[in-house]
Amino acid sequence: MIPLDEVESRLATLTAAAPAPDDAAEILALGEAVLEHWVRARGETPTTDRQEGFRLLALHRQGARGMPSFNACRESCRELIYHYNLLKSEPEHPDAGRRARMMALLANHLCLFVGGKLQTERLGEFCCASKPVRAQSG
Amino acid sequence: MSETKSDKYARVAYYPGCALEGTGHPYNRSTKAVGKALGLDLVEVDNWNCCGAMEVKNIDPKVQTYLSSRVMSIAANQMRMDVVMAPCNGCYHNLKKAEHDLAHDPASAEVVARLSAKAGHAAYQPGQVESIHALDWLKGAIGEDGLRARVKGGLKGLRIANYYGCMYTRPRNIFPEKDAGPGSESTSKPHFMDDLLAAAGAVNVDFPLKTACCGGAHTLSDSDLSTKLVLNILNAAEAAGAEIIATECPTCHSGLEMHQIRAEKRFQRKTQVKIVYFTQLLGLALGLSARQVGLHENVSESRELLAAKGLG
Repeated sequence: MIPLDEVESRLATLTAAAPAPDDAAEILALGEAVLEHWVRARGETPTTDRQEGFRLLALHRQGARGMPSFNACRESCRELIYHYNLLKSEPEHPDAGRRARMMALLANHLCLFVGGKLQTERLGEFCCASKPVRAQSG
Repeated sequence: MSETKSDKYARVAYYPGCALEGTGHPYNRSTKAVGKALGLDLVEVDNWNCCGAMEVKNIDPKVQTYLSSRVMSIAANQMRMDVVMAPCNGCYHNLKKAEHDLAHDPASAEVVARLSAKAGHAAYQPGQVESIHALDWLKGAIGEDGLRARVKGGLKGLRIANYYGCMYTRPRNIFPEKDAGPGSESTSKPHFMDDLLAAAGAVNVDFPLKTACCGGAHTLSDSDLSTKLVLNILNAAEAAGAEIIATECPTCHSGLEMHQIRAEKRFQRKTQVKIVYFTQLLGLALGLSARQVGLHENVSESRELLAAKGLG
């Protein structure tokens, strides 16, 4: 498993430069690596399943089980997939470079968010103000 | 004949909350100015108190429920109002959470009844008022067509990234009116701010981090992490082609402003995008001056950019 600080460092390099559409697969894999850290920190084995065709979404679902506040990064994961699909389906699009950079920024946000939840208050007890009501409603 | 939202939201109880009396003052000023310009009546909640914010909620959620319920009780039972409007995401979220708790959790209702009796006011009963955000208020009271008819000059194609923050849509179960079909707000891809600013003449850029975490909870425990999260939002807005990030929460707004400065000092990463409350932008579109909407009170200096476009 790639150490989280290496993931962050690689994403920093990608976002600072101009990532290419060909980098989409690597950026997606870095996003998966981030979620693997979260799942392992909770004492589970990261799933190899796919949801809607993507392991990233299956990992997010696994990571949010019993931890509804983790849904705060759900949209980031879905936007990552959206940008991946754009880059794969239209690699020659005039906006492809911008889309690749946006995908890297999305992965970077996921990395920072999960990194924060890993270090603060026992896996994110504090983070996400909606926790009490979410915990009540299961 | 049933009352329309336009009628119902024309006169609402206004709950500014603590932030709008401090760092969020330009949001307070511009919300009132826009209401006045549009002929809408804001009646401030008498003797309002803190909503319980995050501090109380994380220690005792039921005390937060009581604090928020007191605001709604005053509006309903003393002021005889039907609608409470809160511009702050934190206040809005907490009013909705209190409403949900009181309707679904007997233990919360018991605590609210006991503390209300002790404080000497009627206990709030779920359903007595409708709690709304400033976005709901303007969307319901005026709407896009009404706004288009009233703008003077408009926002002249200003490119805007709309940032809603985390508390406006989460958790989904305390917002039963959202995701309710055509015309309702979406919890996964909110659009009310986009709708209003587009009607005022702005161009909304495609901004995928519109509900992403700004790291507000980490501000004191790990400032660098907060700065990195904000910097990522600022970078994404610029990559999307935005000149301005429009905000609708004083906590998000302050975080973006402060960490934009800190990113430059701590990480030598300068970003140019300006941070402006959506009510300030609507006020400018309605022909109000920069001073009337409080641009001079923002930390992020946007007056030169906006003046160059003939705004303010």
